Amino acid sequence: MPKLLSILINNVTCQVAPGTTVAAAMLLAQQPSRISVDGDPRVALCGMGICFECRAVVNGTSHRRTCQMLCEDNMTVETNS
Amino acid sequence: MRAEVLVIGAGPAGIAAATAAAENGCKVIVLDDNVTAGGQIWRGATVDSANTQDVAKQRAMERLQRSGAQVLNGRSVFSADASGTVQTLQETASGNVVEQFHFEKLVLATGARERFLPFPGWTLPGVFGAGGLQALVKGGYSVAGKKIVVAGTGPLLLAVATHLAEDGAVISSVLEQATLAQLAPFAASLWTHPAKLVQGARFRVKLWKTPYRAGCWVIEAIAGSGQTLASVRVTDGTRTWTEPCDLLACGYHLVPNTEIAAFLGCAFRESFVQVDSAQRTSLPNVFCAGEPAGIAGLEAALVQGEIAGLACAGRSHASLQRRSAAERAFGDRMEKAFALRAELRSLPRPDTIVCRCEDVPFARLQGHQGWTDAKLQTRCGMGPCQGRICGPAIEQLLGWRPVSIRQPLFPVPLQAFCFPDASENNTTELIKEKA
Amino acid sequence: MKCFDVLIIGAGIVGSAVARECALLGWRVGVIEGGTPAGAATAAGMGHVVVMDDSAAQLALTAFSRSLWRAESTKFPKSVEYEGRGTIWVAADEEEMAEVGTRQKVYEEAGIAASLLTAAELAKQEPNLRHGLAGGLLVPDDGVVYPPAAAAFYLAEAKRLGAEVFYARALSASHKQVRLSDGTELTADRIVLAVGTECDLLPALPIQKRKGHLIITDRYPNFLHHQLVELGYLKSAHKVTDDSVAFNIQPRQTGQLLLGSSRQYGNEQPEAEAEMLRRMIDRAKQYMPALEKLSVLRVWTGFRAATADKLPLIGPAAGLSEDSSLWLAAGFEGLGITNAPGAARLLVDGMLGRESAIDATSYLPIRLTEPARLAHA
Repeated sequence: MPKLLSILINNVTCQVAPGTTVAAAMLLAQQPSRISVDGDPRVALCGMGICFECRAVVNGTSHRRTCQMLCEDNMTVETNS
Repeated sequence: MRAEVLVIGAGPAGIAAATAAAENGCKVIVLDDNVTAGGQIWRGATVDSANTQDVAKQRAMERLQRSGAQVLNGRSVFSADASGTVQTLQETASGNVVEQFHFEKLVLATGARERFLPFPGWTLPGVFGAGGLQALVKGGYSVAGKKIVVAGTGPLLLAVATHLAEDGAVISSVLEQATLAQLAPFAASLWTHPAKLVQGARFRVKLWKTPYRAGCWVIEAIAGSGQTLASVRVTDGTRTWTEPCDLLACGYHLVPNTEIAAFLGCAFRESFVQVDSAQRTSLPNVFCAGEPAGIAGLEAALVQGEIAGLACAGRSHASLQRRSAAERAFGDRMEKAFALRAELRSLPRPDTIVCRCEDVPFARLQGHQGWTDAKLQTRCGMGPCQGRICGPAIEQLLGWRPVSIRQPLFPVPLQAFCFPDASENNTTELIKEKA
Repeated sequence: MKCFDVLIIGAGIVGSAVARECALLGWRVGVIEGGTPAGAATAAGMGHVVVMDDSAAQLALTAFSRSLWRAESTKFPKSVEYEGRGTIWVAADEEEMAEVGTRQKVYEEAGIAASLLTAAELAKQEPNLRHGLAGGLLVPDDGVVYPPAAAAFYLAEAKRLGAEVFYARALSASHKQVRLSDGTELTADRIVLAVGTECDLLPALPIQKRKGHLIITDRYPNFLHHQLVELGYLKSAHKVTDDSVAFNIQPRQTGQLLLGSSRQYGNEQPEAEAEMLRRMIDRAKQYMPALEKLSVLRVWTGFRAATADKLPLIGPAAGLSEDSSLWLAAGFEGLGITNAPGAARLLVDGMLGRESAIDATSYLPIRLTEPARLAHA
């Protein structure tokens, strides 16, 4: 079994298998990817880079589409608010 | 970078086009915005993938690789002009890379996305697109042990339900909005498409305990404690009931990705890019294959892609025309079978969000002169998805057709616009983010 | 045939403001819009409510009109997004800093609050500006507004007071008669052309199109606090021949950033141009390097309705047309949003023969007619 990757999602360390998208990791960690304009939690909808509901803060950069991005070791991910 | 034939999209249509053009001596580059080639239907396809069960997929990938066509993944096209350039953005952990590609001929094989129709509760965490949830599971999200309702319309629903069941989910029901009477002629026609029947048999094996209810649809997603999904309200038009579930996978068939074609100025036939028998658009050096030219599924995408690739290479495609016509006819039957029922247009309540990017509720969209007026006054469709989700929904709800497509075709960092002018004879340029 | 006291052609922000002003008098008002209300120059513009001192007449009108915006700011619906953000004119070097001092005196004499910012104060106000800038001039009472919603507010007010809106193109408008594309014929004592850059109804209008590009980003709350404009903006805006760009950035209430600006004459193509965008962004990055990472949602262009002396045409069309029923509210170039309420007031004053709060002669269309220009020369 390949070595698990360690990523930080909203300050909690999570272990994921290589090949996992950041959007999938956020769902596994039960964290919303973004907080909507009116303050509601949202998660990925389309899973294919179209809807932008999965955008989150990745390594300090906000509005990244997480469903199109693979997890990397030591990545930090936060809910986009 | 220069290509005789530049293909946008590495799904079945793009793969077929690239293979045909490259096998006939063209220098071919394929651009795709996903992490790996295969498109949505063949998501995750690689030559050496051990769990690749679909033989057709593996064969197509191997043949593509042998053809010499170069496939570049992770590239989102954000700018294009018909005179021969396309600009892409590649986002990597270490920075953004902007690339410019020059082409003689362009094949648009941009595929389709799910259609979403707003209903109360559809923005709750736990509500996904049908293909959307499948894609997320392929991306590593496990649904093992979760109770899932699969709903909406289209042939995708069964494929999704099967895939989710294979991942360990408990599919409590599959709800198809089309009636059995609507579906029957389409189902009967599948006898002429044995490959599709084999797939159907696989669904049966996996889902033998799951009720498949035609003529039923979800009218509301209901939250439990906290802001996550607990159950859905379902109706068959006369009776309404509640089905508890952890997740809802709901999508209303497909809408074509035609933004690049529209931006280039290709002529349209209703919602689709207009093409001739060689898959040529109204622009002489631009071709289009697969779903953007008419939703007709995998086989149509393959044959249209091959025709486009041969046409780009100046080869005859006469022998493929019969197959192509048959697949188009299949698409027409499919369209009839999964035509949307009128009741779906009255699902949103005044406070139901229609534009998820800007949180614009249904009530605010009413009373405007049209799309442009509504956009200006409510910001509907002005968020990062650029109307790709709310646009097709609004077309159903209010009858407004989408309006102008603007740059960038996808949100990009400001620096992406600083790429040197096309007139300077550049190949590949790297613009690295500063730490 | 329906009769009105006044028919206004064009439901952009200027036409809508004029409609409300007329409706407030109790007049029978008709508004004619052939496209999308507020869908042309109003939609394309930034929504910066700003005092500009290019000339004494420009200073007088922008200051007057800004005072009307501010007086009403608490009455607007939320959608108008009026915010008293203030403008900072950014000085890049000591030479520009000297100009800041001169400018402050001009503002002071006109009774407009403006304070000098040192380099350190500027950095504190806007931490995302690069280090090493010389300072700036803060004009705290300038504002930011969402123009399509402001225009819609004026139009809704006019309708509430009895105005009627016709959604059709005006095919002809002269001698108290207006004919619409849907066959409707209307009549009115006065016809106001508030047509932005569309001069078909009166080809003699001395208006040139001046193309501009704008860029809007995704939401980045607190990245920016004031509207920032480089001090060289006036120089750039002045150029009549060359294409020019200047750093001009606005914080929207949504947290989005609106980035400008470009000016081009003799280019009527609506497409965004890669070269102009690149020059705009390069310019902006010289002031705010952190911008380059921000996500862009959309780029668009628009056309400013420019006049030869950079002042609008407010008043009777005399000199441009022998039709005494024709009035103009046009040619606002880049200040249509700022000047809309002021222009509406001046136009109605003119119709009533009433004295205005400021001297309105500088804006009379007759000044740009051939005899007037010859006399001036």
